[in-house]
This record gives sequence, C-alpha cells and structure tokens, in this order.
Amino acid sequence: MSGGAGYGGDPRIRLLEWLPWLAAVAVFWALPEYLLFGARILTYVLFALSLDLILGYAGIVTLGHSAFFGTGAYVAGILAARLKLTDPIVLLLAAALAAGVLGLATGAVILRTRGLTQLMLTLAIAAVCLEIANKATPLTGGADGLSGVTIAPILGAFRFDLFGRTAYAWCLIMLFALWWLVRRVIYSPFGATLRGIRENRVRMDAIGAPVYRRLVTVYTLSAVIAGVAGALLTETNQFVGLNVLGFEPSGELLVMLILGGVGRLYGAFVGPLVYLIAQDVLAKQFPQYWYLGIGLMLVLVVLFARGGILGIVDGLVARVRARAAGSRG
Amino acid sequence: MAEPALETRGLCKSFGALVVAEGIDFKLVPGVRHALIGPNGAGKTTFVNLITGRLAPSSGHVLLGGLDVTGLSQAARVKRGLGRTFQINTLFRDMTVLDNVALGVAERHGVAGRLWRPANGYRQVRDEALELVVALGLEDDASRRVVDLPYGKQRLVEIAIALGLKPAVLLLDEPAAGVPSLESHRILDALDQLPASIAILIIEHDMDLVFRFAQRITVLVQGEVLCEGTPGEIADDPRVRQVYLGERHA
Repeated sequence: MSGGAGYGGDPRIRLLEWLPWLAAVAVFWALPEYLLFGARILTYVLFALSLDLILGYAGIVTLGHSAFFGTGAYVAGILAARLKLTDPIVLLLAAALAAGVLGLATGAVILRTRGLTQLMLTLAIAAVCLEIANKATPLTGGADGLSGVTIAPILGAFRFDLFGRTAYAWCLIMLFALWWLVRRVIYSPFGATLRGIRENRVRMDAIGAPVYRRLVTVYTLSAVIAGVAGALLTETNQFVGLNVLGFEPSGELLVMLILGGVGRLYGAFVGPLVYLIAQDVLAKQFPQYWYLGIGLMLVLVVLFARGGILGIVDGLVARVRARAAGSRG
Repeated sequence: MAEPALETRGLCKSFGALVVAEGIDFKLVPGVRHALIGPNGAGKTTFVNLITGRLAPSSGHVLLGGLDVTGLSQAARVKRGLGRTFQINTLFRDMTVLDNVALGVAERHGVAGRLWRPANGYRQVRDEALELVVALGLEDDASRRVVDLPYGKQRLVEIAIALGLKPAVLLLDEPAAGVPSLESHRILDALDQLPASIAILIIEHDMDLVFRFAQRITVLVQGEVLCEGTPGEIADDPRVRQVYLGERHA
C-alpha cells in the first residue's frame, strides 16, 4: 500500500504524516538525555528510507546497501581527519557525491542481472568495500577505526556538543529535507513507474518504458541518500568504525525495514526506532542474549504480520472502522 | 496495395532442435482486421513475441511501417507504434485501473521519467487515461485495484493499457481467453469499437470470435504459414479443415 500515490491520488501531506515530526521535535525538549541516541536513530531512519526507495518501491532486493552508507561515512571521516576539511555541509555533499558515483557505477552492472545473481552481486560489492576499508589502514585506520575526526560548527555557529543537541537537530533537519524529497519522488510519475516495475516488469517493457535506466536512476538516488546518512553518523560520532560496512549492517538494515514495513515510507521510521530501542534495552538487561529478542521479534513479524508493524496498525484500524460501520448499519 | 503496417520476412526461431517459427512471411495491411489462428503449439504466441522484440529471431526480419526494426528493443518498437496485449493477464495488480492505463499514456507523452511534480498534476495523462477507462466501460472501477476486479474486467484493462499507447499496430493475444461466455460480449463490444485506423492482428482460439471479427485470416501450423485468405476461403479450405478443425473433432 502506498497511500495516495499515482495519477488518481492526492499528493498533499496528510495530517497524520506530521505526527512523527511533532514527536521528534517534542523529544528534543522532553528527553534531553537521549539526544545522542536519538540522533543515531534518525540516522538509521534516513538509511532505512533510502533502502525503502529501492526495495519497497522499485523491488530491488539488496544485501549490500551498507556499501553506500559506509562510503559516505568514510569519505566524510577521511576528509575531516586527514585533509582537515571540517565543514559539516561540505562533508555531507562530498559523501553524497562519492556514494552517488559508487551507486551509479555498481548499479549499472548489477541492475543488468536479476534475482539471486543480483543479490549475490550486491553482497560482493559490500564485501569488497569492507575489505578496502580494512586494508587501507593509512587512510581509514583499518580495524582500529578512524579517529581524530573533528567537525566544525554548522554554519560556523552551532557546535556539535557533548549532549547531542546540535547533532539531533542537524540529523532531524537533514532527515526532514530528504524525506520530503523521497516523498515527492514517490508521488511523481517516476515513482509510479517504479511501482509498475515492481508489480510487473514484463508489462513495463511492453508499454515502452526504459526499465533499466529507471532502475539505475533510483539506485543512484538511493545511494546518495545512504551516503548522506553515513556522513551524518560520522559527524555525530566523530569516529568511523569498520562496522558501517559489509554484510552485517546491510542485513541489520533489512531487518529494521521489514520490522517497520516495506514500501510504505513510514516503515523506515518505525523499524529503526523499535529495533534500536529494543537493542538498547535488551543489551542492558541481557548483554549476552540480546540478539535473541531481536530474532524473536523478526520471526513474529514475518510469521504473523507480513506488512511489518505498520501492517499490524493498518489491520487494527481497518477492524475498528469495520466494527464502527457495522454498529451504525 | 497500401504499404503494410507490419511485415515479417522469413522469420525463423528455434530453441535448440525445436523449431517454433520457420520462414514466416506475413503482411498486416492498415484498416484490415487480421486474425492468426492455428492449433495449440503452432507458435502463435512465439510469433507475437518475435514481432514485439521479447524474443530475438534466429533469422529473418520484422518491419514496422516499412522500417526494419529487427535489431531494436521492445521500448523502441513501442515508440514506433507497436502495442500488444497478453494472453495471460499481465497487469499492475496492486495499482488502480486508472494508474494501470496512465503508466502507458505517460510513457507515450514522454513524462513518465519526471520525478518532481506529483503524478496527479499531469492532467493530460490523467484525462486521457480516464477517457480510455470510460470508453471500455470501466468508469465505476477506475479507482479500484486491478486485483479486486473480476477476470473479464481485467481483460478489458489489458486492452485499455495497449490503447493508451495509441498504437498503429495492435497485437491482441487471445483477448477473450478465460472469460466466461456470459461476459465475453463485453470484450467483443470493445473490439468492435476499436478505431479503424489501427491495424489489428488478433490471435484467437474462439472461432466464433474470429469469424465475426476478422476480414483476413492466416493459419499457422507448426511454425509455418499454412494458408491465408478471407474467412470464407479459410472456412472452405480442405487443408485447414484437416489440420485445424479435423484435430478438434477427431
């Protein structure tokens, strides 16, 4: 379900869609001690949003989306730590550019393939990126991670503070801007063709759509957004570790999105929120077994709620409405 | 004679040792309703896929409006006026009827790749799609999802999508396949209303429909053209009776 998208839909932002933003702004004042954690969640929401664009809308399954997230994180980190280029806006732009170029280059190859071949190629690309970061120690710090990242104040005025106030606000503004962009794309004719490709590729060929070109375009756009998310992580943490690359963060992201709900824009908001909070709580309570809880949650969602958490909410709302209509009738 | 809208010359296709098209010479003249018939496995759908470019021929040529399109992609052929429907529903099941048709209309207008303005702001695309939906009697279903429609109506959506491409040549692959006889008159009505300017090739099993609709008939047997003629000629041709009707009534 994709809301009112398409040629017959209403593209205006509904009242309910403002809710996550109101909540996010309220957190800034209500929960000041959680802002660093909040910034991390917002970063992952942006990352998940980039995945939803290609997985949920265009139907491209990938196990290597961290390649772009990691590239963004490392490009921002290396520029700041090694070249002393510390302006946060310049870093974001550089990360977006680098991830976009990588997305275009790898997308042009993997999108010529389908199914399992495509899946394996995405995995391979992520693995190669991880290995490069691991081996290029002088540049990346290798397994020790890249430290010495210092970030200048945003616009020369807002310093990244210890409590994460700037980090949280900065991530929220970036997320909002890119969410708005993604939403526009989804409601555009281009967005409609993406859903067409997901629904029936054979028919898209038969109506004369340049399917391959469309897929490369959306893949590149998604890579750019993932790159920005990666750079945001670097700016807020002022450190880059190898854990931003490879299969694990890619798989983790997939789990977050499936948990929240695929192809519905806001699943990318709910998934990381639930996942990271559960991880935080479980890791404190059961430091050795916290993954078990995540696993159980995923099993339950996949078995009983194919639409993710938002799918459950949809189902409940439909049931309440049906009951209300029944009692009236 | 007018230049054929669609022509194939010596079209061959084989999968390994299996020959599914053998030297098919075929001409489709504008304004004439042409039917392609033949027993199961005669290679009718393969022939359609060769024309549209879904399959590449082993040898031979496909010409659209006199232009050789053999080496062109499916998309390029659509741009040159080739539209088709599918024997088995090939629709965007989770999208509305309107969106199903509008996707094709937007491609033809060259606006389908735009990624900024909302889709519903493209009035011309939307109105044209809606017009087709109404023309096919689906106005009450325009905002319903295809998956929620009965099969007969889904067949009409098949035709609507193809018409949205404003094709010069339209290939209808068994448009009434699977439709219960109670509903099939709706398909027939829709076919009767197709503009005369479109050159139409209909692939069909239903002989009533073929003889009612077609002005010329080509009989395909085992990948080869057996004969071609008016419905009267075909009905009287002893070879056709033997191969086609004979098989049916044997």
